[in-house]
Amino acid sequence: MKTLDEFVVLFAEQFDDTDKSEINASTVFHKLDEWSSLIGLSVIAMVDEEFDVALKGDDVKNAVTVEDLYKNVIAKL
Amino acid sequence: MAFLEFKNVRIAGIAAGVPRNIASNLHPTKEDYISSDYTPEAFVEATGVKERRISSTLTSSDLCYAAAERLITDLNWDKNEIEAIVFVSQHADYVLPATACILQDRLGLSRECYAEDIALGCSGWVYGLSNVAGLLSSGNIKKALLLCGDAKRRSKVPLDPLFGHAGTVTALEYKENESGFKFHLGTDGSGFDAIIIPDGGSRNQISSHSFEMENVEGKQLSRLQPHMKGMDVFSFGITTAPKSVKMLAERYSFNYLDVDYVIFHQANMKMNKQIVKKLKLDPDKVPSCMFNFGNTSSASIPLTIVISLKGKVEQRLTKFICCGFGVGLSWGTVEFETNNIVISDLVEVNDIEADNKYVI
Repeated sequence: MKTLDEFVVLFAEQFDDTDKSEINASTVFHKLDEWSSLIGLSVIAMVDEEFDVALKGDDVKNAVTVEDLYKNVIAKL
Repeated sequence: MAFLEFKNVRIAGIAAGVPRNIASNLHPTKEDYISSDYTPEAFVEATGVKERRISSTLTSSDLCYAAAERLITDLNWDKNEIEAIVFVSQHADYVLPATACILQDRLGLSRECYAEDIALGCSGWVYGLSNVAGLLSSGNIKKALLLCGDAKRRSKVPLDPLFGHAGTVTALEYKENESGFKFHLGTDGSGFDAIIIPDGGSRNQISSHSFEMENVEGKQLSRLQPHMKGMDVFSFGITTAPKSVKMLAERYSFNYLDVDYVIFHQANMKMNKQIVKKLKLDPDKVPSCMFNFGNTSSASIPLTIVISLKGKVEQRLTKFICCGFGVGLSWGTVEFETNNIVISDLVEVNDIEADNKYVI
């Protein structure tokens, strides 16, 4: 199982213009300038590939921090 | 497990009709709505849809009709021999009667004709094919037409620039010793509201409330427009489509990497790329037409064959896998071979060709 730190790295890879150092476990990701529904789709694709978990839109919308989303993914394993 | 196999049936030909009018997503009009999150260029890059064919006059059945007339001519079929017609669309000409009944007469088919409508979208061509293959495989009915497409909506609403209008026809015939079709079909009605037009059916009848604009995931929409949970649909597509292809291959013991072409419903570029990546398919084997035609619902698989494979496959044995997935939620995958098929030139339909006989 991937750790929270590994998840944060994978999460940050979905962004093109946001510096990796801006994203950590407690980042409120919806507030990032680059965050969009399109990045949300990339995150869903990443979680599907890396965890074999199918996230719903509400899972992404209701998570506040990157760690919230990680916990959600782990709960679906 | 919803697996089906029908032998002794083959595809004789495929044709597609689209409105002649081209709408560019780089130059949207006030009739289109693009989310304010995107510039037109960003929308085209994200969805892979640069332009699509649109008409405010031609219905799904008008486009299917034009395609069918062309294909019947190209196949040199006698109309009296066509004994079944299945119309797959979410935009029928009338609430009732079934559009297939109108098309039976409009096409000049015999009254000895089985006709029905099927109300499915993105999975509709595969479902329709399973229906028609099942009708033909016993050999009682020898020739049938499967008409699939979506075009003019039930009410004049702003258009989502992801979607184009198209109508297609697939001609099938009974022939002994043909290997036929193998299907995997699935449904998840718990996702009924992932893509939904809330009002206008009998659950929510049309009222003045239906026309009020409400905020749905950042878009201003009326209850007569499709509401789509984009992330849910994306997640569904990238997980379910690859799984369905794998399940079919496993059930019937073939390697899906060995087929000549894998045609997916043209949902949007991001979703389709992810599906191709997950299945590790050679992109050269996965043709697409969404750049010029958008997402055309149940027409997208046969339209892709017409646009991308005409001139390449007609005279040689060709192995296909086709997979449709979407609204319902509903999905289906089919494996089949073609040989000596007719693929008609794309039929471009003018607004004046709209039906004027079956109108009251």
